[in-house]
Amino acid sequence: MTISAVRLASNMASPIVPAAVEQPATIEIARLSKNYGAIEVLNDCSMSIRKGEAVVVCGPSGSGKSTLLKCVNGLETFQSGSIVVDSVSVGDRNTDLTRLRSRIGMVFQHFELYPHLSVLENITLAQVKVLRRSKAEAGEKAMTLLRRVGLGDKAGCHPAQLSGGQQQRVAIARALAMDPIAMLFDEPTSALDPEMIKDVLDVMTELAGDGMTMMVVTHEMGFARHVADRVVFMDGGRILEDAPSSVFFAQPSTERARVFLSKILRQ
Amino acid sequence: MSDVDPDLIKAVAPFLWNGLLTSFGLLLLAMAGGGLLGTVLAVMRIAGPRPVAGLAAGYVNGLRSVPLIMVIFWFYLLVPLVIGRPIGAFTSALVAFVIFEAAYYAEIIRAGIQSVPKQQLAAALASGLGPLQAYRFVILPQAVRKMLPILLSQSIALFQDTSLVYVVGLHDFMTAVSVTANREGHLVGFYLFAVAVYFALCFVASQSIQLLNRQSVSP
Amino acid sequence: MTYRWDWSVLVSEPYLGWLLTGLGWTLLVAGAAWVLALAVGVTVGVLRTLPNRAARTFGTAYVETFRNVPLLLQLFVWYFVLPELLPAPVGNWIKRDLPLPEYWTAVIGLGLFTAARVAEQTRAGIQAIGRGQAMAAAASGMTLAQSYRYILLPIAARNVLPPLTSEFLNVVKNSSLALTIGLLELTGQSRQIESATFHGIEAFTAATLTYVVLTTVVIVALRAVERLVAIPGLMARA
Repeated sequence: MTISAVRLASNMASPIVPAAVEQPATIEIARLSKNYGAIEVLNDCSMSIRKGEAVVVCGPSGSGKSTLLKCVNGLETFQSGSIVVDSVSVGDRNTDLTRLRSRIGMVFQHFELYPHLSVLENITLAQVKVLRRSKAEAGEKAMTLLRRVGLGDKAGCHPAQLSGGQQQRVAIARALAMDPIAMLFDEPTSALDPEMIKDVLDVMTELAGDGMTMMVVTHEMGFARHVADRVVFMDGGRILEDAPSSVFFAQPSTERARVFLSKILRQ
Repeated sequence: MSDVDPDLIKAVAPFLWNGLLTSFGLLLLAMAGGGLLGTVLAVMRIAGPRPVAGLAAGYVNGLRSVPLIMVIFWFYLLVPLVIGRPIGAFTSALVAFVIFEAAYYAEIIRAGIQSVPKQQLAAALASGLGPLQAYRFVILPQAVRKMLPILLSQSIALFQDTSLVYVVGLHDFMTAVSVTANREGHLVGFYLFAVAVYFALCFVASQSIQLLNRQSVSP
Repeated sequence: MTYRWDWSVLVSEPYLGWLLTGLGWTLLVAGAAWVLALAVGVTVGVLRTLPNRAARTFGTAYVETFRNVPLLLQLFVWYFVLPELLPAPVGNWIKRDLPLPEYWTAVIGLGLFTAARVAEQTRAGIQAIGRGQAMAAAASGMTLAQSYRYILLPIAARNVLPPLTSEFLNVVKNSSLALTIGLLELTGQSRQIESATFHGIEAFTAATLTYVVLTTVVIVALRAVERLVAIPGLMARA
């Protein structure tokens, strides 16, 4: 717990150690609370993600982790607390949410590729309409990314013609095409057949290795243990643990996390 | 329109009320007749041998290709000819509505039957019920319950369709209003009154259906 | 009562001409009313799906108003009542100087009535898409307008083609109501022939067959359109 406490402190305060210059947090969530009427969904959540960090958010169903993720790019609203992404406050009325969202990439559990557009068009649409790139530029970028995720030959196909794993990789390419400052993953492999999970995780691993700032809600503990820098454990709308992944897996400090790990690692 | 004469209202009220009763009479009888015939047609299409199913399909598709006014004119002409003597507008209009609406009810019930799992029929037959009994006691009750909201909506549409008896001069509510409006010269007032009545009746009916829907889904 | 048959009535003048004129009016009324119904109906349907409450309420009010009053009565209101309610100069212009008032009344009455039904189908088509698509579009930085234009409406359009086909057929059939305000479309003309010649069965048969042919043509054409715009890889159309 002590190691992460120091980390948290160094994130929030001004740089303590002059030798290595601490980057300001890319995603800073402070005392976030959200409720649906009488039901409290998020309760006083605080965490931050520095540039280049890959953080896994895990916990039992209903713990609020997906909701927390969706608050970061404003797809969900919140009642109190704050979220600051690259110096932009998400909750502020004056914030141009549309513009902020174009700088954050998101990957969904059910891929959400646009079924009526080809794979290539899926990746170029937002580039052209939101970033105002030329069709040629967008197309080139799309092909580069498709090749990077191993699907260069599928550009002309439609989503329904691809397997789930392929669709999810296209979805990742679609998000990357916007050159985001951070990527949000909402249970990216939960809807996939087991044999396809690895392909998607490989892409995510490579992304993390390249230094992308990532917030990943997932049950894939292998990814959490070997790829993520930190693990955040949630239950009942609260953040119970926030530790480097090695610490979390070796010695979770709360009983709740211990129970969760024992159940999930049994697989 | 502002000079509404209470005596005038009192004078025309019975006439309009009778018109409304005629509309309801047509509605209820057509629902019963059309519903029954529609059910028979639906079962014919699904369970009958090829020629029978084809006949039912032809009937349904044919009647759904033609305007209701056309069907009303047809039966206004044909019923007296077939029977051999002149007949009132109400009877020929009713026949027209039953024949016409049966095609629409048939499609709704057919969709309902198709939504009942096939094993239900197998189970019913396996227990010794004859095919007609299986439909009557097992399949149709489930089909109808499922499609009840849509059947009721179709009936609201039928209620609005009854206004078309105007074209053969039968005095339903719509025609009664029109006759009165023209006779008294208060077109605006009477037509707006008719709008209010129809709106109130149909709106309440459709909201009730939605309520019914919500209640049956929640538990 | 006996009936005298004479099928030659249908191919002789002036009756053949009457039938053709009637068919012409049916097509003109149905065509124009359908264009109006699509324009207004899709707009109202979209309004009912927007996050803005005022837009949704307006949409609901429109649909409830036009769905709970019989079409015949709506036509009468447009034809008899509206000119009286408008300011005098406008009302008088409609009553005296507007050419073909029966035609315009039929088009507007039928168009706005059908628009309510098109609105419901559009709304259902958009809501059937599921929130995920809208979220994905928003997450990539598209505005609400962009997400409707590039994602929601194109997908909804394919969902909605079958019900819209039936709705167009309804417009063709409902055009027959124009005869009640004096526009003699196909059904009206067949009645005219019946009154003039007492050969009602022949006249009605001609009109009925024409409707059946029209319906078949529309169904075949729209099914071809469905196949053309179908999304590759999804369930093939039967």
